Amino acid sequence: MSSAPEFKNPIVRWIDYRLPVFSYMHEEYQNYPMPKNLNYFWNFGALATIALVLLLVTGIVLAMHYTPHVDLAFDSVERIRREVNFGWLLQYLHANGASMFFAVVYIHIFRGIYYGSYKAPRELLWILGVVILLAMMATAFMGYVLPWGQMSFWAATVITNLFSAIPGIGEAIVTWLWGGFSVDNPTLNRFYAFHYLLPFVLLGVVILHVIALHVHGSNNPDGIDLTGPQDSVPFHPYFTAKDSVGTGVFLLILAALVFYAPNYLNHPDNTIPADALQTPAHIVPEWYFLPFYAILRAIPDKLFGVIAMFSSILVLFVLPWLDTAKVRSARYRPLFRWFFWLLVADSILLGACGANAPEGVWLILSRAGTAYYFLHFLVVIPALGLLETPRTPPTSISQPVLATGNDPSPGAQASGGNQ
Amino acid sequence: MAETAQAPETQGDDETKRDFLILATTAVGALGTALFAWPLIDSMNPAADVLALSSAEVDLSSIEEGQSVTIKWRGRPVFVRRRTQAEIDEAGSIKIINLPDPEDDAARAQRPEWLILVGVCTHLGCIPLGQKSTDPRGEFGGWFCPCHGSHYDTSGRIRKGPAPKNLEVPVYTFLDDNTVRIG
Repeated sequence: MSSAPEFKNPIVRWIDYRLPVFSYMHEEYQNYPMPKNLNYFWNFGALATIALVLLLVTGIVLAMHYTPHVDLAFDSVERIRREVNFGWLLQYLHANGASMFFAVVYIHIFRGIYYGSYKAPRELLWILGVVILLAMMATAFMGYVLPWGQMSFWAATVITNLFSAIPGIGEAIVTWLWGGFSVDNPTLNRFYAFHYLLPFVLLGVVILHVIALHVHGSNNPDGIDLTGPQDSVPFHPYFTAKDSVGTGVFLLILAALVFYAPNYLNHPDNTIPADALQTPAHIVPEWYFLPFYAILRAIPDKLFGVIAMFSSILVLFVLPWLDTAKVRSARYRPLFRWFFWLLVADSILLGACGANAPEGVWLILSRAGTAYYFLHFLVVIPALGLLETPRTPPTSISQPVLATGNDPSPGAQASGGNQ
Repeated sequence: MAETAQAPETQGDDETKRDFLILATTAVGALGTALFAWPLIDSMNPAADVLALSSAEVDLSSIEEGQSVTIKWRGRPVFVRRRTQAEIDEAGSIKIINLPDPEDDAARAQRPEWLILVGVCTHLGCIPLGQKSTDPRGEFGGWFCPCHGSHYDTSGRIRKGPAPKNLEVPVYTFLDDNTVRIG
């Protein structure tokens, strides 16, 4: 693309000559070519970044008021909610922000699956994304433990006990994770340390994710490569503007949660201080873990339940190689499209199963849902690529538009002064 | 450097020596770093004071037949149940060969009247119900874990549900007829 512009400001010029940050920003976030046919589903990467920054900022301030000790933690969180100036706002933004982060990332992942964004040459980009998902889950889990309510305590107990399923060394690993013989003060302290550390690791992986993205650029709804400048528009102002629209909607939903239903996604049992001698009648994780919890409970064997739960995420790592289809986008894959929506429905079903006790019809549904989940990735996806006859995608993004003789392409005036 | 340029023989020697030095330095560096990881990892294991708090004494004189008490030991509940004769008979009469984790009742209770167990479900660590007289005790009259539905019998053995093992029997000693020390 175009080379760095001659900056007017002499200080900017002086700095850029020595450390080319301004050239870099210009190249990667201003002039950067984006496919011009992107729809609103391409907002969700930017939205996830915004959610992460929101969580980092509110989290750092919350840490200034929080006390990581079993006798003081619960009260310090209540104090944040009641006494600290705007503490209620920060705490609810942080808790609901985490939910929004997961919601946005799940849509981002399903978008990647629908349009085949994980296929060559974007496999590593996808794998970094799965690493981000895992880091998010670990961070969210440890953050949930910090308020030290009943759900916090028993979530910590149940999740750390998953590792006791490992044959032979399981018990030793669990004792090591706890720093004692049960979830107690040492556990709370280390979870706090990791909850503060991991988001910055996460940020590092996000930066790698974006660097990998910018090597081959964004995928697009047609799932075809850019053929020339007529297929793209510069990132700024076209996608800074489009992302801003999405950001507005995102903030509206977050604000609706924070101001009108701040505890809607929380569990009432977590307003009871942790009690090591009393397990709540129904332990349920946060909504974003429900499908995985359903998979864990669907299998009547402890070790295999744990293996299945972890495999449900690990299978995503190999998705680029399980998918044998040459065509990326579901737009041109008539059969895949049905199975995609089946996977979405299956994930929602598993979420419902995770929220209900594993008895009767829910147990049967969670077993069927788990079976389909793995069948989808391990059998349906590899088989579809071989059996399905895809429609032919257009040869370029501009082709369908140019063919009708109606070219609304703003590419020609892209570098102009419409700012 | 000048020497090596002159004599090819010495150059060969020098290269071998340099390879060896690089290898040795890398090995010592890597090993040293790896060894330093151990103090970091081991510091996360239970500390000395946590290990020291590992025994508790229970006064048994106030527990009636059929009653249970829960005490806290190492941060976890310990169930002490004074079993009725019917419970003892039932626990002893089972064919243990059919159990998921076969164990004789006699091996699980030093004195048949007193059943002492770590009250933590062996599935994922919840506290089973059955200590209070109003609690559900499951299909086998012992304990029932509400989290994922494991049933334990009157010897604390797993009979039904996802838990893989029987409720753990802690180390304990009867100091006299009315006192037991756990740990």
